[in-house]
Amino acid sequence: MSTAHDFDIDARGLNCPLPVLRAKQAIGHMQRGQVLRVRATDSDSVRDFGAFCRHSGNESVSFEENGGEYIFYLRKT
Amino acid sequence: MGSLPEIAVLDELINLRLDEILSERLGKMLTAMKANKTPSMAIIATGGTLDTGYLPFILSATAAALGWNASVFFTFYGLQLLKKDISDLKVSPLGNPGMPMTVPFGPRWFRDINWEIPNAIQAFVPGFEAVATSLMKRKFRDNGVANLTELRHLCVDAGVHLVACQMTVDLLGFTPDDFIPEVTEYAGAATFLPMARDADVSMFM
Repeated sequence: MSTAHDFDIDARGLNCPLPVLRAKQAIGHMQRGQVLRVRATDSDSVRDFGAFCRHSGNESVSFEENGGEYIFYLRKT
Repeated sequence: MGSLPEIAVLDELINLRLDEILSERLGKMLTAMKANKTPSMAIIATGGTLDTGYLPFILSATAAALGWNASVFFTFYGLQLLKKDISDLKVSPLGNPGMPMTVPFGPRWFRDINWEIPNAIQAFVPGFEAVATSLMKRKFRDNGVANLTELRHLCVDAGVHLVACQMTVDLLGFTPDDFIPEVTEYAGAATFLPMARDADVSMFM
């Protein structure tokens, strides 16, 4: 199942902290309320995105795991 | 004076009650203040090699991504990290026994060999450092680790405050022309220390 999103980041194959940094960079160019999808393969990114949302105040809309791929949906607040 | 003991008792009761109320209120106020404050980080970066360069850039970029204010004070060899072109930074295995000397290609058994090469040979063989550096870079790339230039770009983009130590810029013969224009400030210890005093996290690298 895929959630609607406005922007997309492919962070597959990238290691800590690149998925989070790429997401932050994208969010910087987004409008409030828009949703970003991030696809990553680094399993540590699950914890890192949790911390990112808690600290940056952006909202984690949903999360999927699909055969070693982690898909995050983040809403800019 | 029959009323004196009563006042003393009253004072003690008032003090006890005040202590109770104040500690509760102060606790609440401090918690609220902490929650509202933007966390900040101040780093001193002293290393000018490929590997040591990762530390300040990874941590400050991540801090900025979390919404923190991050400042890095580059001094001595750390100034190399501010040069316009940092693609030529090297890592040296010489005198660095903690660095595994493995090769990032070939079959698994071959990659797993740790080539313990004596310092004397490392120092004697021309180009040893260049080979070690290119193997390290390949290992970074194969593991999806950012390259240093990209990481620095992310720092700049995220608003990390890059400060160059003016004294060591002069001492090592650099000029601001050698560095990226995004260096926010050329300053000294008296600028860094107040930044570090206010920072929640302060580190030396």
